[in-house]
Amino acid sequence: MPGARPEPEHLWRSAEPKPSYEVVVVGGGGHGLATAYYLARNHGIRDVCVVERGWLAGGNVARNTTIIRSNYLWEASEAIYEHALRLWEGLEDELDWDLQFSQRGVMNLAHTLGDVREGRRRVEANRLAGIDAEWLEPEEVRAFCPILNVSPDVRYPVLGATLQRRAGVARHDRVAWAYATRASELGVDIVEHLEVTGFLRDARGRVVGVETDAGPIRAGAVALAAAGHTSVLAERVGLRLPLQSHPLQALVSNLYEPVLGCVVMSNAVHVYVSQADKGELVMGAGIDAYNGYGQRGSFHVIEHQMAAALELFPIFRHAQLLRTWAGIVDVCPDASPIIGLTPIEGLYLNCGWGTGGFKATPASGWVYADTIANGRPHPLAEPFSLERFTTGALVDEHGAAAVAH
Amino acid sequence: MTGPRRLPTGGAWVDRDRPLALRFDGREIPAFEGDTVASALLGAGIVGGFRSPILGRPRGIVAAGVEEPNAYVEVRAPWFSPILAATTLPVEPGMEVVPRPGVGRLPTEDVPARPSVHTHRHAEAVVIGAGPAGRAAAREAAARGERVILIDEGHRIDDPPADVRCLPRTTATGIYDDGYVVAYERAPAVDRVWHLRARRVVLASGAHERTVAFAGNDRPGVMLAGAARTYLERYGVLCGERAVVFSTNAWGHLAAAALAAAGARVVLLEPAPVDAAGVDLRGVERRAGWLVVGTEGDPALRAVRVRDPEGGEEALEADLLAVSGGFSPVIQLARAIGAGVRYDEARACFVPDGTGPEWLEVVGAAAGEVPPTAPLFRIREGDDADKYVEPQRDQTVADVASAVRRGLRSVEHVKRATYIGTTIDQGRTSGVLTVEIVNELLGLPHGSQAPTNPRPPYTPVPYSALAGLDRGPTLLDPVRTTPMHPAHVARGAVFEDVGQWKRPRFYPKDGEDMDAAVARECLAVRTAAGVLDASTLGKIEVVGPDAADFLDRMYANRMSTLPVGRARYGVMLGLDGMIVDDGVAVRLAEDRFLVTTTTSGAATVLDRFEEWLQTEWPHLRVWCTSVTEQWAVAAVSGPRAREVVAALELSVDLDPDAFPHMAVREATLAGVPARILRVSFTGERSYELHVPARYGLGLWEAVLEAGEPLGLEPYGTEAMHVLRAEKGYIIVGQDTDGTVTAEDVGLGWLVRTDGSDFVGRRSLARPELRRPDRRQLVGLLPEDPEALLPEGAQLVEGPVEPPAHALGWVTSSYRSPTLGRTFALALVEAGRSRIGTALVAPLAGGPVAARVVEPVLYDPEGSRLR
Repeated sequence: MPGARPEPEHLWRSAEPKPSYEVVVVGGGGHGLATAYYLARNHGIRDVCVVERGWLAGGNVARNTTIIRSNYLWEASEAIYEHALRLWEGLEDELDWDLQFSQRGVMNLAHTLGDVREGRRRVEANRLAGIDAEWLEPEEVRAFCPILNVSPDVRYPVLGATLQRRAGVARHDRVAWAYATRASELGVDIVEHLEVTGFLRDARGRVVGVETDAGPIRAGAVALAAAGHTSVLAERVGLRLPLQSHPLQALVSNLYEPVLGCVVMSNAVHVYVSQADKGELVMGAGIDAYNGYGQRGSFHVIEHQMAAALELFPIFRHAQLLRTWAGIVDVCPDASPIIGLTPIEGLYLNCGWGTGGFKATPASGWVYADTIANGRPHPLAEPFSLERFTTGALVDEHGAAAVAH
Repeated sequence: MTGPRRLPTGGAWVDRDRPLALRFDGREIPAFEGDTVASALLGAGIVGGFRSPILGRPRGIVAAGVEEPNAYVEVRAPWFSPILAATTLPVEPGMEVVPRPGVGRLPTEDVPARPSVHTHRHAEAVVIGAGPAGRAAAREAAARGERVILIDEGHRIDDPPADVRCLPRTTATGIYDDGYVVAYERAPAVDRVWHLRARRVVLASGAHERTVAFAGNDRPGVMLAGAARTYLERYGVLCGERAVVFSTNAWGHLAAAALAAAGARVVLLEPAPVDAAGVDLRGVERRAGWLVVGTEGDPALRAVRVRDPEGGEEALEADLLAVSGGFSPVIQLARAIGAGVRYDEARACFVPDGTGPEWLEVVGAAAGEVPPTAPLFRIREGDDADKYVEPQRDQTVADVASAVRRGLRSVEHVKRATYIGTTIDQGRTSGVLTVEIVNELLGLPHGSQAPTNPRPPYTPVPYSALAGLDRGPTLLDPVRTTPMHPAHVARGAVFEDVGQWKRPRFYPKDGEDMDAAVARECLAVRTAAGVLDASTLGKIEVVGPDAADFLDRMYANRMSTLPVGRARYGVMLGLDGMIVDDGVAVRLAEDRFLVTTTTSGAATVLDRFEEWLQTEWPHLRVWCTSVTEQWAVAAVSGPRAREVVAALELSVDLDPDAFPHMAVREATLAGVPARILRVSFTGERSYELHVPARYGLGLWEAVLEAGEPLGLEPYGTEAMHVLRAEKGYIIVGQDTDGTVTAEDVGLGWLVRTDGSDFVGRRSLARPELRRPDRRQLVGLLPEDPEALLPEGAQLVEGPVEPPAHALGWVTSSYRSPTLGRTFALALVEAGRSRIGTALVAPLAGGPVAARVVEPVLYDPEGSRLR
C-alpha cells in the first residue's frame, strides 16, 4: 500500500556469492542487514556478503510486534536503546523510505505496588539518563488510552503506568527491506536460500570464512547475526554460548476501525498490544518456558493472553483472532544481548536480544558494524561483551523485557 | 414469500416449512431455516450488496464457504459480531446484518459477547471434515470400537456415521504437537472451544476451488462454479438463468450440468480439453478452446466477453459467470504442523508429500484426490490492473507484477508487499493463484514455490471464545485468601495484591487515611503489640535423611549445624550469586526442616528445589512439600507480645531463657497442634503462631481477644514494611532486584567461606562481585525530616544535567512514627564509605538532599528481640 514517500523502483539485488569477501554476515534479518548497511555507509566496507538460509527477513524481523522504545533500566541498556531510538527518528530520511515509523507512545502498566515501585524507579532512571519518561496515575492512563479498563473492580487493577511518548512502532518488513536495498545499492551482496554449514579455520585457529551448501566463502571477518540459531552456529566452531532459545508467540486480529492509538504493555497480566495502520490488533503473547527451535508455540499461552487482554480492554471481546505465529528468541541469563568479539579471532557475535531485538535494530547494526570495522567493541557495545559472564558485570534487564524471561 | 432466485423445490439443507426473515442492510430478506446469510441473499436475487475495502468496488458473493473473499457482514442481532463471512453464517430468527468491507467495527458501547466455554476430550481419532472421505474414515474407526470425533465447519453433517461424536458448526482451527486439535464451535447460543487430544488425526478437509485472473473477474455475478452448484443443491437457489461456466476440470463441468438440469441456459467454456466422462452435459453448450477475456455490467454482470480459439471475440449475455480454475487441497492445518507439500502437475495444485507427524493422515480431496486440470491461472488478454487476484485487498495481477518487477522473488515477500493472503480468508482463493503467477512472471515452472506458510487459526476465533470463563475479578487468575480473610474484611482492611494473594495492607479506623492508620499500627507494635496475618509466607517442608545436606547446598549459609528446635535466617542465591529469596529455616527433627519463603517467592523456591533435586542431585534422599496453605500463621510482635501469647492456652514455657529468640517449639494451643517460632521481622519480641489452616480464623480471633485489652492492634503489610525498614531488614524484590549480593546488603557475614559448595558460590568469586565500589544498602535521612523520598528516586552527588550517572536509588521510603521523621533505604555505589555524606535525589519538582546513614535506624543492638 502506498505511503507518503514513493516506493523505490528497485529493491535489493539477489546476488550469487563470490569466493571471498572482506566481511560475511551470517543471517539476513534486521540486524544482519543493518550491520551490512552501516559497514558500507559508515566504514566504507562494501565488500560484504549477507548470507541468509531462508527468504530474506523471514525470521524474527518478520515475527515481532514492531514495538520501539528505549525505556530500559540500566545505563548500558538505556544508552544503546536510546541510540537506536535516535537513529529511528532519522531513519526514514536516512534510508529515504516510508517505514511507517509512528511515535504514538508506549505505556507500561503497573498492577501491583511492586509494579508501581519498579515503574517509578524506571521513570526516574530514564529521566536522569536523558530519556523521556513520565509516570501516569490511573486517571491519566485512561485519558491517554480511553478504551483501557482502569476500574478497581478487576483482578489486577491498573495502579498507574510509565509512558514514553517518543516510543512507538514501525513497519518491520519495510525496515528490513530498506536496509537490504540501500546496502545492496552500496555494493553489498545479499544471498538468499544459502545455509552456512560450518566455518573455515586457518592453521592458527582463526575463522577465515564459512562453509555453505554452495561451497566455501572466504572472509576477513565473519559476523554472526542469526538470533535464535546463533548457539547452533557457534557450536560448529566449538563456542558454547550462554543462550537459551524459546518460542515467543504473537498474533493479529481481523481488521477493525481504529480504536487504539498507542502501544500498551503489561508485564503482570501478559499483554502487549498496538493497532496497525491497516487495522489489525497486533499482540504479543508470553514466552514458552521450554527451549526449542520450532517456530511454534503452545496454544494455552494464546488463550491466557486473550483472557488477560479482555480484562484490560473490554472492547476487544468481539475482536477475532486471525493469525498466530512464533519466533525464536535467544535469551542470555541476564536478558541482555551479546555484541562484540569472541575468543576466536575473525568471528564476531551479535545475539541474545531476547524480546528486544526489533527496537534495537539500527543501533545493533551501527555498533556491530563499528566493532567489526575496528576490531574492538564500540563503546556502546562494551558492556555487552561475552566476557561479562566471566567477570560478573551482568546487565540484568529481566524486568525490562516485554514478558518475563 | 420466497426470493426470485429460489426454485420452487429442492435444497437439501433448507426447511421450507420454517420460513425466517433476515434483515440485511435495512432490507427484509426472506429465508428458510437452514439458509446461510449468503444463500438467503442469493435466493432473493441480490447479486451485489458488498463493496471492496480499499477501492470501494461493488462486489458480490463468490463462494459458499470459508474461502469467501467479499461477502462479510456485521451481525447486529440476535447477537453481535463485528465481521463474519455471510457464506458460513446460518440465518437465525431475528437476525440482522449489515455488509462490512473487510474491516470490522468494535463497539465502544457495552455490547455483550456470546457466552463461551472450553471443553476437553480425548479420542482415538479426530476426523476433520465430514465429506465422503471424512465420514468413511470416521465410520471405519468407529467400527473398530474407537472413540471418534467428527468435526465439520458446515452447519449440518449429512449422513452422520453411527457411534461417532459429530460436531457440526465446528472448525478445527489448529493442529498442534502430539495429536492436539483445537476446534471452535459456534453453537446457536454459545461459543465453545474444544481441546481435543487424539491418538490419530485424520484430515479430510476437502479442496477449495480456484478462480482465474481475467479482466473484470471481480464483478458481482462472477462466482466459483462449485459455489453455484452448492447454492443450487443445498439451498434450492439458482444463481443465474443465463449462465456462462468457465471450467478447466470435471468438477467445474459438474456445476454446468447441475445448472442446466435446473433450467438455466448454460454455455460451458473449456479453455483446454477436459475429460468429463460421466458428467451429463445434456443441454449445455460446450465450447472447446474458448476463454473468458472480460465482463460487462452495471455493475452486476450482464455479459461475458469470450474469445474463440482463433482469436475472435464476442459478448455472451449472462447473469452468472461460474468459474472453476481447478482445486487446491485444503492442507493448511497439516502444513502448520509440519507436513510438506509437492506440486502435482496433472492437477496443477500442491498436495501433501507424505511427510509430517506420523499420527496425522490426510485423506480424500485434501490428499490430492481432485480432478486433473490444465494449469490456467491468468488470462493474458486484457488489463492486468483489472484482474483481481486478492479481491479482499483489491490486489491484481498488475500489483503482483509490480512487486516482482521491483525485485521480489519469494512469494513470502510478495505477500508482504501486497498483503495478499493476509485477509480474513487467509488467501484461500488467492494463495495458489498468486504463487503460480509469481512463478510465471519469474519464468519458473509451475510449482517452483509453494504458497506462503499457513498459520493458525484456520478461521478467525473471537477473543471472548478463547478467553472462555477465565475472566473477571475472580477467574482471570485464582484469588488466594488466608483463613483469617473474613476477619480482615470485617475490620475494613484495605488489601493489596501480592502474587495471587490478597493481603491486608492496613486497617483504617473511622476517618483515617493510610498514613494515619499505618502510624497507629506501627506505634502499637513498638509500644504494646501487634498481630500480622503471616499465613501467606511460603512454607516448604524439606524431609529426608539428606535434608540438611540439601539445604546447605541451596542456602549460602549453613543449615546442617542448626540444632533441632532452632531457627536460622538464610539467603538463597541464584547461579549468578545474587540474592533470589530469603526466609527462615526451622529444624523440626534431624531429618525434617520447615523452610519459609517470601510470599511471592513460594512457588519459585519450590520449583528451584525440585529442579536441583531432579536434575543435579537425584541421589539425595529429600522430599519437598509445599505446606503454605496447610498452616495459618499469626505473627504477634511487640513489647507486650509475650503477655498476649501467655493469655492463650499454650503448652509452652514462654520464659525467654527457656524459649529464646530464634527458637521453635511444637506445642498445643487451646488443644490444637501448633508450632511457635520466635522469629521477628519487626525488631520487637515476636511469636509466630502456626496452626493448621482450619484453626486460623479461631487463632486470629483468640489473639485479638487476648491482646486488645493490652493495646494490641492488627497491622498490615504497610506497617510491616515500615517496621522492618527501621530495622534495616531487606525485602527481596524491593531492596534487591536480582543484581544484589548478600554482601551488598550487609549479609555477607552469613555467606559460607569454608569452601563447601552451594548454589551461586562460584559466581561470588567473579571480579565484578568483589569490587569495593559495588552498590551497597544504606539508610537515608532527608535533610527535611518531613520530605518523603519517592521509592525509585535516583541518587547523585550534586546538581546534574542529564544524561548523568546514577550512584544508586531509593529502594524503600517511609514516614516513621517511631523516629518522628521520614527515612529511606537505598542502594548506593560504595555506600558504606559514604556514611555521613550527603546525596541528592534530582526529582522533577526539584532536588531533595539526604544524609547517608547506617541502614539500621532502630535498636541496632537488637535488645528488644528478647
